[in-house]
Amino acid sequence: MLSRVAHMVYWMQRYRERVENVARLIDVNLYLSIDAPGDAQEQWEPLVITGGDSVLFKELYGEATEQNVIEFLTFDERNKNSILHCLRESRDNARAIRQVITSEMWNELNQLYLYIYKTAGSKGKITSPYEFFQKIRSTCQLFTGITDTTMSHNAAWHFGRIGYLLERADQTTRILDVKYFILLPSPQHVGSPYDDIQWAALLKSISGFEMYMKKWNDIRHASVVEFMLLDPYFPRSVFSCVRRTLDSLRAISALSEQGSAYQSKPEQLLETLCSELAQMKVYEVIKTGLHEFIDNLQMRIIEIHNSLYRTFFSPNAYEMIYQDHQAELKLTE
Amino acid sequence: MTELAKETFFSGYDPQGFYDEYFRADQQVRSAASQFIERVNTLSKSEILNRQRTAEQFFYNTGITFNTGGSSNGIDRIFPFDLFPRIISHEEWGMIERGLQQRITALNEFLRDVYGAQKILKDKVIPSELVYSGRHFLKSCMGLMPQQGIWAHVSGTDLVRDKDGTLYVLEDNLRCPSGVSYVLANRSVVKRAFPNFFRNYAIETVENYPEQLFDTLQHIAPQSRRDATIVVLTPGIFNSAYFEHSYLAQRMGVELVEGQDLIVQDGYVFMKTTQGLQRVDVIYRRIDDVFLDPLVFRPDSQLGVPGLMEVYRQGRVALANAPGTGIADDKVIYKFVPEMIRYYLSEDPMIANVPTYLCCDEKDRDYVLKNMEKLVIKPANEAGGYGMLIGPYSSSAERKRFAQLICKEPRNYLAQPTLSLSRVPTIIRNRCEGRHVDLRPFILNGRNVYVMPGGLSRVAMKKGSLVVNSSQGGGSKDTWVMRKQVGSC
Repeated sequence: MLSRVAHMVYWMQRYRERVENVARLIDVNLYLSIDAPGDAQEQWEPLVITGGDSVLFKELYGEATEQNVIEFLTFDERNKNSILHCLRESRDNARAIRQVITSEMWNELNQLYLYIYKTAGSKGKITSPYEFFQKIRSTCQLFTGITDTTMSHNAAWHFGRIGYLLERADQTTRILDVKYFILLPSPQHVGSPYDDIQWAALLKSISGFEMYMKKWNDIRHASVVEFMLLDPYFPRSVFSCVRRTLDSLRAISALSEQGSAYQSKPEQLLETLCSELAQMKVYEVIKTGLHEFIDNLQMRIIEIHNSLYRTFFSPNAYEMIYQDHQAELKLTE
Repeated sequence: MTELAKETFFSGYDPQGFYDEYFRADQQVRSAASQFIERVNTLSKSEILNRQRTAEQFFYNTGITFNTGGSSNGIDRIFPFDLFPRIISHEEWGMIERGLQQRITALNEFLRDVYGAQKILKDKVIPSELVYSGRHFLKSCMGLMPQQGIWAHVSGTDLVRDKDGTLYVLEDNLRCPSGVSYVLANRSVVKRAFPNFFRNYAIETVENYPEQLFDTLQHIAPQSRRDATIVVLTPGIFNSAYFEHSYLAQRMGVELVEGQDLIVQDGYVFMKTTQGLQRVDVIYRRIDDVFLDPLVFRPDSQLGVPGLMEVYRQGRVALANAPGTGIADDKVIYKFVPEMIRYYLSEDPMIANVPTYLCCDEKDRDYVLKNMEKLVIKPANEAGGYGMLIGPYSSSAERKRFAQLICKEPRNYLAQPTLSLSRVPTIIRNRCEGRHVDLRPFILNGRNVYVMPGGLSRVAMKKGSLVVNSSQGGGSKDTWVMRKQVGSC
């Protein structure tokens, strides 16, 4: 497939995943605020920090009230990670590659965008926040479902999947990074029912509460960290996302003329990361420092993204592939 | 005979002395439209308006839109659409189809000749200076022989009907005419609005156009390329017809590429894929000649592919339409198409030309300058309805300005009598009013000449307006060619 098009499928899905995650974070936080003690406003700031936009937010809004944070994360186009902005990016990419995706995919994404765009322009904006964010989440999930059931699982589909899996892995690390330190035992809340609600909310931010409970039955900090980073089966854990990204890259190699014997550069990077995560023990993570561990993970994801760009997406990618292939041939000669 | 409701949607509709595609001057229904009118008359006003609204919503939701200059918020305008189709009888269509086949065959002969032996110029049927001074005549294409000898693969000829019912060819659009995607979209919308009608009455299908186009493109692949790789070349997302480019690529199942996706290496054209370079054999290009190759034409072109023309010259890639084709739809050369038909085919033209006065001819020019308020004055090489003067609706200042333009650049202007285009009933703010239409059937010239039965009926939505171009606020309608009725007389 065309390099430019592969790049656009990747971003269409990556932005779409970001939209879903932001909507889920807001939704979970809204629910949480029902049970929160008096100082509930504090819980909105981490959402801004998670997105990595706190400087911009402070500049534009100052105080992290519920209303300000929701506006900033949902409709504010100055925020490159806002739902409206990401949805537009996703849709712009989709529109440019309508010949590659299916009409059913496009219609769903287009209608969601038009809905959010109209809501952004209307006065009262969100009348029922629960329904509003639920609709965004479920439409994004619907989009993923339509993608899986109407599009051939060809190279384009795999590049899209890589896009949303990397985004998902990245989001999970961010959510854990920000929330974990806030939730670490504070003397007055330890063991209180509110503490448990908060930890449950962290898991709900990645739709993982129920599956976590099935596996662990009660909430322990180390188990939560393990579940979010290293669980092999939960679809939003970093390990699971990274492993499936590797699957997709292998499939892309297998579809190529060189065949599955050939291993692309990003594939090599992912292979290394996967085997590291497979052997990683959670107590080691916590011993060496969760924050440092997450920092390193995020750097690795960026490195993988850059390598994907150089190998597949950039206008000069064909030269890379050619050189790689030549090198392979020399090795086998 | 069904008993009609006392008040129907067409009650009080007045053709106002124009040729109306549904009603004769005596208010009787034309036979091609009678079944449809009967059907509409069984619906209440609100049912009709509902269907119109549903149709508009469909265009919006599915993003069938066009840009006139990239809009920043990504909300595009939908192409105004009207539910009431233009309806053409089987008999009349037969004449149109044959007339268009004849015309495109002659135009292709002309292109082959004018870039080759130039017999028609030597025989002085067409003044050679008019060809050489044509903006779209490309010297660099002299002596070229495109695959299968075909130059104009895709064309969209504009037809209009005058007051007395005569059909004329208004323009031959041989340079990437657009609109065919709207024909297909309109049809799918109208089918949803009147499903039973389509089940019960025989209307010619237009939906196989993409397959026909694919077949045409395959036909011109360089020989020995059995599994030819075909691509659609677009200027990009900001082009007003981007939706169409992407739609056609999708429907044909081929890649939609931009200039930056292609590269010339070792004498061939390749596209840049995630698996390296892949050879391209046929390019259905939707960019103008001058942007195709910065090494040959405009050096500042970002849309084209450096080196493309040399590969084309070597016969290693096919381009549709062939570069240089534009000389045949120069509006000055247009005047000579009836001569071409006689010269190359020894036949009389089946569809008439609109009488045309060339401003480079002294006698014609005098006539034009003296009769400006009666004439439509057009530049020879503009598209989209830009730069025109419609005499009867012009001010004296505008006429003065055009007189100056004509005297300054006589080769670039021509004039035609103002036709009063035929009308079709159209839904205007909950009512039915007549609006002027033209018709653009699409013609494919490949293994044989295929004329899409129907085409894009463009409609001037503004009251009294004769300008149907989308860039000038025009909309569109579906076009129905009725199939021969079996078992009825």
